[in-house]
Amino acid sequence: MLKSAYEWIDRRLDITPMWRDLADHEVPEHVNPAHHFSAFIYCFGGLTFFIVVIQILSGMFLTMYYVPDIQNAYKSVDYLQNEIAFGQIVRGMHHWGASVAIVMLFLHTLRVFFTGSYKHPREFNWVVGMLLFFTILGLGFTGYLLPWDNKAYFATKVGIEIAASVPFVGDAIATFLQGGEVVGAQTLARFFALHVFFLPGALLALLGAHFFLIRRQGISGPL
Amino acid sequence: MSEKQKQPKKPGISRRRFLTYTIASTGGFLASGMLYPMIRFAIDPLLQKGSDTEFVDVGPVNEFGTEPKSVSFNIKRKDGWYEPKGGEPATAWVTKNGDQILALSPVCKHLGCTVKWEGGGKQDHYYCPCHGGLYTKDGTNVPGTPPNEPLDEYESRVEGGRLLLGPVKKGGGA
Ligand code: FES
Repeated sequence: MLKSAYEWIDRRLDITPMWRDLADHEVPEHVNPAHHFSAFIYCFGGLTFFIVVIQILSGMFLTMYYVPDIQNAYKSVDYLQNEIAFGQIVRGMHHWGASVAIVMLFLHTLRVFFTGSYKHPREFNWVVGMLLFFTILGLGFTGYLLPWDNKAYFATKVGIEIAASVPFVGDAIATFLQGGEVVGAQTLARFFALHVFFLPGALLALLGAHFFLIRRQGISGPL
Repeated sequence: MSEKQKQPKKPGISRRRFLTYTIASTGGFLASGMLYPMIRFAIDPLLQKGSDTEFVDVGPVNEFGTEPKSVSFNIKRKDGWYEPKGGEPATAWVTKNGDQILALSPVCKHLGCTVKWEGGGKQDHYYCPCHGGLYTKDGTNVPGTPPNEPLDEYESRVEGGRLLLGPVKKGGGA
């Protein structure tokens, strides 16, 4: 049944070469933990991606209850966490996943650095990777404010002050992030927009570039 | 090189290049027409003039002297579409030196606790109870204590013998 459905589509659209091209590629021995267990260090990039997928999915579901408004944000988070079935789990996935993503990302960066995989001709992918790094840090920073509790509020105040300390453009960046005269209604709305639309958009575009480059250039050789 | 020079060069640009420029500029025009409103929309807070904080009357100006005195008042501030009724409570430490009014914000520049004049038995200083921050009478932070900036100041003006306080700005210390 499934098979004939697949064939029906494949006869018309010829999709087999498309997924073959995605799925069939060489995984050299030195990066395969089945050959050398120590090669597990090559898994961190994939694990980061796995966590990112969890973050995107759990985040999408969280917005079904969350309201980005200073009078309702905390209440809506409280409600979705304590009154909704599996609220603890879904919010927990997003909350802990955020930290795990940054840990995995950091380990992946270290692996690339210490195996020298950033070297010619993969310099450009290192640059894309750095942009990804800052995009994910930005996601962490903007997401931290959204529950609108005391920790979120003061962490954002400090974060905005750090942004303001950038030479020359610091004040402009801080005002742009803060939106109003105080960390308040406009800050929360902006951070929400950045967190769920702008940064994930950038993240997906950069991930596309990251994966395209690694497929084009292949996995770097053994040490 | 020399052969090329022999060919008479047509004046102006080639048709292909002309068309490239035309298409690129049309595309640029369309793109900027689309992006301009959105970007201007996003950066509006950077360009908004004036302040969302109104000046409020905190009492007759001759109540204040060279000794810092704390006043409590309700600050009227718009936060986007929120305008809390009656404002938010705020405090200022006010000193008057001749005509000079100095209204300091009590928010510690270290981590935001509340400072008090001669608190904790510290003579002639503002004292922060959280980590022992000290400031002199004019709001300058004392080196060697946690804060690394002078206290913020309220903008102030005197109208008809009454003191009005406005938005908070960065303090200059001395
Ligand atoms: S908050 Fe005032 S000294 Fe730390």
